[in-house]
Amino acid sequence: MQEKKRNWLSFGGEVLILAAIFTIVQYAITAGLLNQYYQINLASMVINIILAVSLNLINGFTGQLSLGHAGFMAVGAYASVIMTNMLGYPFIAGLLMACLAAALAGFIIGVPTLRLKGDYLAIATLAFGEVIRVVLQNIDAVNGPAGIVGISRLTTWPWLFGAMLLTILVVVNLVNSSYGRAIISVREDEIASELMGINTTSYKVLAFVFGAMFAGLAGALYAHYFYIIKPETFNFLKSFDILVMVVLGGLGSTTGAVIAAMFITVLTAVLQSFPAIRMILYALTLIIVMIYRPQGLMGNRELSRQTFGRIWGGRK
Amino acid sequence: MLEFSQQLINGLSLGAIYALIALGYTMVYGIILLINFAHGDIMMVGAFVGFYSITLLGSNIVAAMIFAMIACAILGVVIEKIAYRPLRNSTRIAALITAIGMSLFLEYATIFLLGPQQKVFPQSAFPLQQYEIMGLLITNKDIFIIVSAVVLMIILQFIIKQTKTGKAMRAVSVDREAAVLMGISVDKTISITFAIGSALAAAAGVMIGVYYNTVNPLMGIIPGLKAFVAAVLGGIGLIPGAMVGGFVLGILETFVSGYGSSLYRDAVAFGVLILILLIKPTGLLGKNTGEKV
Amino acid sequence: MSIIEIKNLAKSFGGLSAVLNFNFRLDENELVGLIGPNGAGKTTVFNLITGVYKPDQGSIIFDGEEIVGRPPYNICARGIARTFQNIRLFNDLSVLDNVKIAAHKDVSYGLLSTIFRAPAFFRGEKQIEQESLKYLEIFKLADKKDELARNLPYGEQRRLEIARALATGPKLLILDEPAAGMNPQETKDLMNLIEWIRSDFNLTILLIEHDMSLVMGVCERIYVLDYGQIIAHGKPEEIRNNKQVIQAYLGEEVE
Repeated sequence: MQEKKRNWLSFGGEVLILAAIFTIVQYAITAGLLNQYYQINLASMVINIILAVSLNLINGFTGQLSLGHAGFMAVGAYASVIMTNMLGYPFIAGLLMACLAAALAGFIIGVPTLRLKGDYLAIATLAFGEVIRVVLQNIDAVNGPAGIVGISRLTTWPWLFGAMLLTILVVVNLVNSSYGRAIISVREDEIASELMGINTTSYKVLAFVFGAMFAGLAGALYAHYFYIIKPETFNFLKSFDILVMVVLGGLGSTTGAVIAAMFITVLTAVLQSFPAIRMILYALTLIIVMIYRPQGLMGNRELSRQTFGRIWGGRK
Repeated sequence: MLEFSQQLINGLSLGAIYALIALGYTMVYGIILLINFAHGDIMMVGAFVGFYSITLLGSNIVAAMIFAMIACAILGVVIEKIAYRPLRNSTRIAALITAIGMSLFLEYATIFLLGPQQKVFPQSAFPLQQYEIMGLLITNKDIFIIVSAVVLMIILQFIIKQTKTGKAMRAVSVDREAAVLMGISVDKTISITFAIGSALAAAAGVMIGVYYNTVNPLMGIIPGLKAFVAAVLGGIGLIPGAMVGGFVLGILETFVSGYGSSLYRDAVAFGVLILILLIKPTGLLGKNTGEKV
Repeated sequence: MSIIEIKNLAKSFGGLSAVLNFNFRLDENELVGLIGPNGAGKTTVFNLITGVYKPDQGSIIFDGEEIVGRPPYNICARGIARTFQNIRLFNDLSVLDNVKIAAHKDVSYGLLSTIFRAPAFFRGEKQIEQESLKYLEIFKLADKKDELARNLPYGEQRRLEIARALATGPKLLILDEPAAGMNPQETKDLMNLIEWIRSDFNLTILLIEHDMSLVMGVCERIYVLDYGQIIAHGKPEEIRNNKQVIQAYLGEEVE
């Protein structure tokens, strides 16, 4: 009983902290304390967090290396813009359609490819991501390679914050459940997992569909923040970008993914005028992390109350 | 029919280039089970070395190709030593991520050093000549590419089948532990594999320079991916597979852009890859092997 | 009443037959051993039964139904669980999680309850936890529930594998060399444990074992496999005196 009470207390504490973050940022925006530059980077940061957390579900927790995340982002971006700009539905309908379309794409791509293992899967997902891009380039209704311009900016801080919270909540709750254990067991030893009664294929597809869905959500937020989407934006280099965040944060650590996404966004902003140096740093990050700390900064551990408790000398 | 044959010839030279790059992929995969993502970028470095040896040193095209091959052989060995060797006993995913990192590094280090602009391959190094044979247009570029590719493949076959080094390479790829027990130096054999594979890629890089007339730091990405597809198509790890896959893909792609839409040209390779992975992941010439429990 | 009946099972790898014309049946609640020299095809038989390999021909009737061609998870759900010759635990997960994963098939809450943390989720998790702890207690691993599986000593890893297999709720338990690497005392304890599990869980048990004292001590019947074929089967004392068996072993084990 005692423990239950403490859990509720800390749960309340977390809600308070989150509400405070939300309010402070919202106030800063409306009071004009955050200029355009900071607002853009804030939006990028939140979108990157959603992308990294969702890719981490596939790459980190399920252990299936996907290199096609940008493709699902594209599906979401285009689906939402078709709903809002072209068909005139409200933003929420665009977001829902983005999730739905990307999840469907994830399912269609996931079912055949997830039979493949390791590097074969990686290459197949990369190929599918590129196919999505090439197909978009060849659809005249969405302006082919030129892309869609003049998208209204509907993505605001409350939407960003809400979407990020939803993504993290769903991923964390999913991972910390019997379904999550089934997903993780696939990563640990697929054959043993299958022989313990886990339908590994369906759990891989499940994780893939959830991951794709949130990538679609991120794509929709992106499209309605940056006014313009082109197929080229969602090429495999974008997928590699997200991969860097996941690898850096630690495959299988949601908090790691969040921290890495924040860090990479800041790094990108700082090095905006030096794109080559930025990419060289990315590259070196991948290589050095893999050689010296292949589990990433956080490994598969999470930053949690307990961690802070330990740091501050509290009891676990 | 004439149109068909013309496309076939165009496809052959493209296929020869793919095949040369695919050989490097397949040799490396065969020996350390790594998709060397940076392989296409090694080709790019080869193209640049060729470019500069023509423009700065004034060498002819054959000498340029030899310079490029030597430089990239060294580059390949260094990359393996620095980035891949420390990961030899870690997961294949970790190695693949490192290879992606190495690929990005080569691309952007080149952009950092030489700028992102493309450079025009000097025409004087290779004056274009066209021949008309039975109504078919054949350029000296096509002849150069196909002939040098075939010569390189024959040399490769000789090395692998006839020399001690080649036998060591085959031994390591079949069973690394057994090869060690037989007194084969695995490190040395892997280095040689990278050297040969990278040299072939460099030759292909110079050929692409000749073929498209330009070089740029990101030129390795798409041909690299396509050559990888060619390697998978033929059966990754199999040297004849890479050759077959390269030619098949080159010809297929030429036909699609000749008869269909050139916008879909890039999708051909990926479509082929998806189909082959789903239908027969071991490739056209590959055999199935199950996982041991 | 037979729980599993195998007829004319055959499997070859690259032209070499690993299992040939394999016929075999187990009655409910039996404890049977499968022995044979190294490379005789014992583990292949296990892999065929559990669906890891597809047989080239033959049928496997389990609990009245054909299971050839079904995926491994489905065969497990029908009631066949196994352990592995080279231990295959989820090494980087806790001891408790290893068992919980095997108990996943009884999960009582859905995805929506999971995501929104509905009361059904907490009830279901509690149930899985209690169930899993029960198995850990049987195998004296409950006090190590939070340790990583990889950090357990060898004998405990073997026990955890059996606990994990039991948590899937099998009718037939297949043990692949459960005593490998154990000392005589541990082997003896294991023998008692295996017999106790069988009667307490009302299971049928099939085991591969090299340790003859264990096989002869606990098994009611023994099948002997050599070069992929059954060369003898019967009660332990019959096997002990079977000329063909002795020859198969002496021809093989030159020590």
